[in-house]
Amino acid sequence: MISVRDIHKSYGSAEVIRGISFDVEPGEVVCIIGPSGSGKSTILRCINGLETYQKGDILIDGTRVDPEDKSIKAIRQRVSMVFQRFNLFPHRTAIENVMEGPVYVMGMPRAKARELAASYLDKVGLGDKMDSYPDNLSGGQQQRVAIARALAMQPEAILFDEPTSALDPELVGDVLGVMRQVAEEGMTMVVVTHEMGFAREVADRVLFLEGGVIVEQGPAGEVLRNPQELRTQSFLKRVLNPL
Amino acid sequence: MSEALARASAYLPVLLEGVWVTIAVTVLSLLVSTVLGLFWAILGWTKVPAFRAISRTFITVIRGIPIIVQLFYIYFVMPDIGINMTAFQAGVIGMGIAYSAYQAENFRAGIEAIDRGQIEAAQSIGMSDSLIMRRVILPQAFRIALPPYGNTMIMMLKDSSLVSTITVAELTRQGQLIAASTFDNMTVFTLVAIIYLIMALPLTYLARQLERRYKKT
Repeated sequence: MISVRDIHKSYGSAEVIRGISFDVEPGEVVCIIGPSGSGKSTILRCINGLETYQKGDILIDGTRVDPEDKSIKAIRQRVSMVFQRFNLFPHRTAIENVMEGPVYVMGMPRAKARELAASYLDKVGLGDKMDSYPDNLSGGQQQRVAIARALAMQPEAILFDEPTSALDPELVGDVLGVMRQVAEEGMTMVVVTHEMGFAREVADRVLFLEGGVIVEQGPAGEVLRNPQELRTQSFLKRVLNPL
Repeated sequence: MSEALARASAYLPVLLEGVWVTIAVTVLSLLVSTVLGLFWAILGWTKVPAFRAISRTFITVIRGIPIIVQLFYIYFVMPDIGINMTAFQAGVIGMGIAYSAYQAENFRAGIEAIDRGQIEAAQSIGMSDSLIMRRVILPQAFRIALPPYGNTMIMMLKDSSLVSTITVAELTRQGQLIAASTFDNMTVFTLVAIIYLIMALPLTYLARQLERRYKKT
């Protein structure tokens, strides 16, 4: 459903994405791994129309992603995003954060949206934190609210931009657990992550990016256990055995 | 001393008439400046370069001209191009426009303080720019802008005395008139100063409360 075709993007003279193409099928979970500065977050942000790209096409079921075009709103309702730094609205409670999209973007009656939001907060294990403000939640809880907020848009796909990178280690598991559950329910997911365990166990496919190109891709097990490219091998060695 | 008090109580009714005008000018120009200031701030936030330029230019020009000159311009020059206003109207509009530039800067600071990530999150759930403004940015920007807003209110109360120069019969003007006819400058202007202080005190208290309440965000 997501089709990325020969994307190029530069900031000034620095080309950060140098021709990336891949497709994501409905229900597929694709993990994008790679060193920082490889362009993996940028490509995700391009898919959500948060960044422009100079060349190539990103298509969501045939509709081109163009941040300047009105169609972007409809695309974003179909493809949600979860951010590294959660980006919850601090002036609204957990349940209000989740209700915001259904009520104000989808035009759902408040009572119905509240019910929906409550069910998603239950699902991510925060049924008892509905009326808490983000400031009173841990990072892991905030990220789970953010996932509920993305789910409440009832999207066809969710993009995760390093969802656990800003978390204390002991909080990572809860968030990954929720993501695994969402994946198992058939959600299409593109996940930029440094969590190799998650990639190995949950992803259908892994893309390894470096220097703005896809260096290697394939089924998660193959790429992570038996990488063919030298650069993939050395990256994985560094990530898996940092000492 | 008792003689001075007797004179003061003779002036007081006239000065109090001026107080009501001062309060009216302050409240009305506060309203004008708030609405207009918010308008400039939002205009400056839009993605349309022309709008941003208009907002920036207006703010720069207005901030670069003394308020008293702006008042003269509105009251004495505008009639030449067929726009006639009473002194009171000119005072309110002049103060409102002059202060809208400061209000705009105040609101702009509030708007810019909102983390970019929140705006992206709002975009990612399909919100339009106007919805983001209304639901995400403004509610938080108001909170941030509130303490400086309190200070602006105090400044406007005091600067409302400027409209005395275009014959609006507010507190300062009434004081001048009494002083001119009695030569009792000491009593009159002491009284005027005390009355301003009495009006400013509750506002100062309010501003301090706002600051304390919203300091931690």
